[in-house]
Amino acid sequence: MIWLDTLVQGILLGGLYALFATGLSLIFGVMRLVNLAHGDFSILAAFLAVALVQALGVNPLVALLLVVPVMGALGYGLQRVVLNRLLGRGILPAVLVTFGLSIVIQNGLLETFSADSRRLNPGGIETASLALGGGLAVGWFSLLTFVTALVLLAGLQLLIGRTALGRAFRAASDDGATAALMGIDNGRLYALAMALSLAIVAIAGIALGIRTTFTFASGPDRLLFAFEAVIIGGLGSLWGTLVGGVILGVAQTTGARLSPGWGVLTGHLVFLAVLLLRPSGLFAPSRRVD
Amino acid sequence: MSLLAVHALSAFYGDFQALFDVSLEVAEGETVAVIGANGAGKTTFLRALAGALAVPRATVVFDGQPVGGQAAHRLVDLGIVMVPEGRRIFPSLSVQENLLVGAYRRRPGPWSLDRIYLMFPVLAERRGQPGTNLSGGEQQMLAIGRGLMANPRLLLVDEISLGLAPIVVQSLYQALAGVRDEGTTVLVVEQDVSRVLTMAQRVYCFRKGAVALHDVPARLTHERLAAAYFGTA
Repeated sequence: MIWLDTLVQGILLGGLYALFATGLSLIFGVMRLVNLAHGDFSILAAFLAVALVQALGVNPLVALLLVVPVMGALGYGLQRVVLNRLLGRGILPAVLVTFGLSIVIQNGLLETFSADSRRLNPGGIETASLALGGGLAVGWFSLLTFVTALVLLAGLQLLIGRTALGRAFRAASDDGATAALMGIDNGRLYALAMALSLAIVAIAGIALGIRTTFTFASGPDRLLFAFEAVIIGGLGSLWGTLVGGVILGVAQTTGARLSPGWGVLTGHLVFLAVLLLRPSGLFAPSRRVD
Repeated sequence: MSLLAVHALSAFYGDFQALFDVSLEVAEGETVAVIGANGAGKTTFLRALAGALAVPRATVVFDGQPVGGQAAHRLVDLGIVMVPEGRRIFPSLSVQENLLVGAYRRRPGPWSLDRIYLMFPVLAERRGQPGTNLSGGEQQMLAIGRGLMANPRLLLVDEISLGLAPIVVQSLYQALAGVRDEGTTVLVVEQDVSRVLTMAQRVYCFRKGAVALHDVPARLTHERLAAAYFGTA
């Protein structure tokens, strides 16, 4: 029973990791941009929620409704003003600039909010649990996070598969120069992708802040887990990202069950094993190159 | 007045000059061909017209408006649409999705999915398949259809006969004739000289990035063409 419990907790944790990973995967897929500040943006969103909770006295889940569009707008502006200038010059300029952004965000948060660890308190839901019988119980909030990840991924899948914007994302991902010739404004398209990416990671950051404590320096760990989920699942596959998150989550909870210090390590080992055995990930779409 | 007027267009790739003072005019409804050997600057010329290359604003005038160097999507809004060399079908999109990307700017006009499928029935049969599963000729049909979905006023067509069987090329040119009859102005770049002489109203021959010869097909003798093409005169 304890192992079944571990498995269920790991799967639900995977939902949170999928929320972190989805935006990272999306922007890499659309514009081959590696955003090293991705984790820091999630923590920035969590601190924005902290500030809103303090200033307005609202529930963090209400603050989320404000933080998500703000982070989306930030992503749009960032892409238009800064990141679009770096594209088409190889992967390195964007890596360096987002690495710099990561440092800027961390130090900005340190200056503004101090080094104290914080937590978002949504008023009970974070500790409430649902008994499944047989001594098995799952946290309501973990379940909510997992369902949110499912709904977001399904929505994103529909957006990419069925809408004109989604077709443009895929066309630009295949061949940006030809997409531009077809009338797609790549600069605007990339900005929309970054807006989506940061809006989704804002949800992830606030979910993290409700689940556990965080500090100004919590971003890089989140980035690492997001990378691992994306790579395990396979780049370019949204559902693969969810499975990658779940595998990582289960590995971490299983390791932690064996010994409390082994959780993160076990996650890394599983990630390395996947990288060794299937470098393209478990669900990477096979793409014919013409 | 010309629909398209190019004035002394020069274009560069870094330090390399690919076009030297090219001037060219295309009237509304006309079909004009640009011919020339490999490396004569034909594709560069089309890329400059389609906004894929930075050129001075005043060098390209479309419908009385200077548009040189504008972003490609703005030019598509005006009706300048390119069918690129090598077809450049999007591999992760189905046949139908490739066509729909052509209609991304929602420019109004006569062309629709139904019209494209009527012109190229094979595309309708295979609409759900990945675009790159089609044969070379079918992919070229798809590339032309995708361009038409933008409802162009000026269709730029780059080397559609490249690597295709003569019978396939024949049917593609029949389709282009249909496009012309619709009133769309067509500028084709082609290496297959005999093919364009039957279709174009006027022909420009490029050599080493400049216009070497410009005339109506009836006055283009074999000798004049060879001289312009190879520079042997």
